[in-house]
Amino acid sequence: MSHAALAAPSRRRAGDGGDRLFAGLCLGAGILVLLLLGAIILTLFIGGLPAFRAFGAGFLWSTAWSPVEGREQYGALVPIFGTVVSAVLAILVAVPLAFGVAFFLTELAPPWLRRPVGTAIELLAAIPSIIYGMWGLFVLVPLVQQYIQLTIGDTLGAIPLVGFLFASNSFAGTSLFSAALVLAIMILPFIAATMRDVFGQVPAVYKESAYGLGCTRWEVMRNVVLPYTRVSVVGGIMLGLGRALGETMAVTFVIGNANRLPTSLFDPSTTIASIVAMEFPESLMGSLKQSSLLALGFLLFVISFIVLAISRLLLRSRLKG
Amino acid sequence: MSSTTDLAAQGKREGRPGLAGLQARSGAALNPNARVAVRNLEFFYGDNRALKGITLDLPERQVTGMIGPSGCGKSTLLRVLNRMYSLYPGQRATGEVLLDGKNILDADVDINALRAKVGMVFQKPTPFPMTIAENIAFGIRLHERLSKAQTEERIEWALTRAALWGEVKDRLNTSAMGLSGGQQQRLCIARTIAVRPEVILFDEPTSALDPVSTLKIEELIDELKRDFTIAIVTHNMQQAARCADQVAFFYLGELIEVAPAAQLFTAPQHARTQEYITGRFG
Repeated sequence: MSHAALAAPSRRRAGDGGDRLFAGLCLGAGILVLLLLGAIILTLFIGGLPAFRAFGAGFLWSTAWSPVEGREQYGALVPIFGTVVSAVLAILVAVPLAFGVAFFLTELAPPWLRRPVGTAIELLAAIPSIIYGMWGLFVLVPLVQQYIQLTIGDTLGAIPLVGFLFASNSFAGTSLFSAALVLAIMILPFIAATMRDVFGQVPAVYKESAYGLGCTRWEVMRNVVLPYTRVSVVGGIMLGLGRALGETMAVTFVIGNANRLPTSLFDPSTTIASIVAMEFPESLMGSLKQSSLLALGFLLFVISFIVLAISRLLLRSRLKG
Repeated sequence: MSSTTDLAAQGKREGRPGLAGLQARSGAALNPNARVAVRNLEFFYGDNRALKGITLDLPERQVTGMIGPSGCGKSTLLRVLNRMYSLYPGQRATGEVLLDGKNILDADVDINALRAKVGMVFQKPTPFPMTIAENIAFGIRLHERLSKAQTEERIEWALTRAALWGEVKDRLNTSAMGLSGGQQQRLCIARTIAVRPEVILFDEPTSALDPVSTLKIEELIDELKRDFTIAIVTHNMQQAARCADQVAFFYLGELIEVAPAAQLFTAPQHARTQEYITGRFG
């Protein structure tokens, strides 16, 4: 019976027309993504080429931003600095919070509380960034202006050597600090969700064997769960960092958009994304200014790519291990 | 430090007070050699009653084997003995489990101190991602403040007792993940005894191991019972026959029969036991 069935010609042979067509379509879809990516990078680079030519490598560390006709000078240092520093500050705020959320959700929360809190965290990720921007400008910025900046400026600002980081002459409230806070809230759900998922993947038997030795929940988290998930946790943080680097609208609302190198947390500054959003509509087609903005876009692409590559690298070594 | 430890120290000095009183209360016959005494234990996973009125003694410095078909409650009983179930909401136990005269099911028991006294070895080897020496030192540090020399001494003692010292003494500072499965399981045993527990619970400790490693673990258990009271859950009846002094047969959450190993396997008193050990079900 089974022999006969095997010997009989199948009506569904591999490799006939339908299969090949489907494989071709999938291949096409895959290649299209690569082509699009390459095209975007190339367009940005070509668009930015006049600026790179005009200013050379100095474009990277010049703080100038002067659109005066005939004496145009553009430099990328302030937006690059603002982008990186606001994102890193956001990570510093978001990571401990996200860790607390994930620890609570996986180890401490009673089951009836896990779902509502988990859903609330995920909903944070679903809020459009323009809403974070408005909320930041109308709620957070006044709070920073009236309470936080003065308090911190009066206390930490008095510390010798590092006090200048907390004291500022700008009292608008729109600042690097405000931008970092808004960004932190925006990336918190991504980091918390990643941490919660990887903490949940640690086999129960490993946790139990630590509990079996007499570990407290914190000791299990620190000595077993974190070492097991370290790489994925760092990968999740990098993903959050990537998002913080590219965030545009919310940051534009609250960072102050001043092309000055900030020396204090409470100084206004700008990021690559927000300077492009603010200046692009005012730049003439084919002007050096437009070229400089495209060059900035290219640099943001490069920075994001580096961050993403690092996170991929970390996640991959996790899979191999 | 904690009430449990105080009681333990007290128990060691005075020879387990309270057992006589318990005997009067529960009415069950009490083995004077019992290190752990389980009395009328009921266990619930939510509404599901998984253990029904279990009364069982673990005699001091003997191996108690627990056998029975899957879902009979033998592993559940093990997880009661070190309160592992307390990690999970919705699981609860009633009745009494006496260790050194103290009911470990009481709400005021210091669970971390209890687990230092009742160690556990799991189905799968669970080395932590650290070096071999750190794996052992990890458990010690949770409960004791030892000098570096004392810690090293304890590590050597534990690894020797776990019959692993000879194989790893030149690579103590390499990752424990590089050991074979059988070595990892003996490392877990060493890690458990390094804390110097009174009772060691083995939950199918050889189910993930090859026959040679299994034999080594069985020999080890035989050796360890000179110092520790041991309970072992196993699916393998030959293993129970080889390792255990007394064997308890569980079925559908009930303790059907408990007897010295030789007696249970040759002349079981209950038809269910007879059917199970002759392989007619399970």
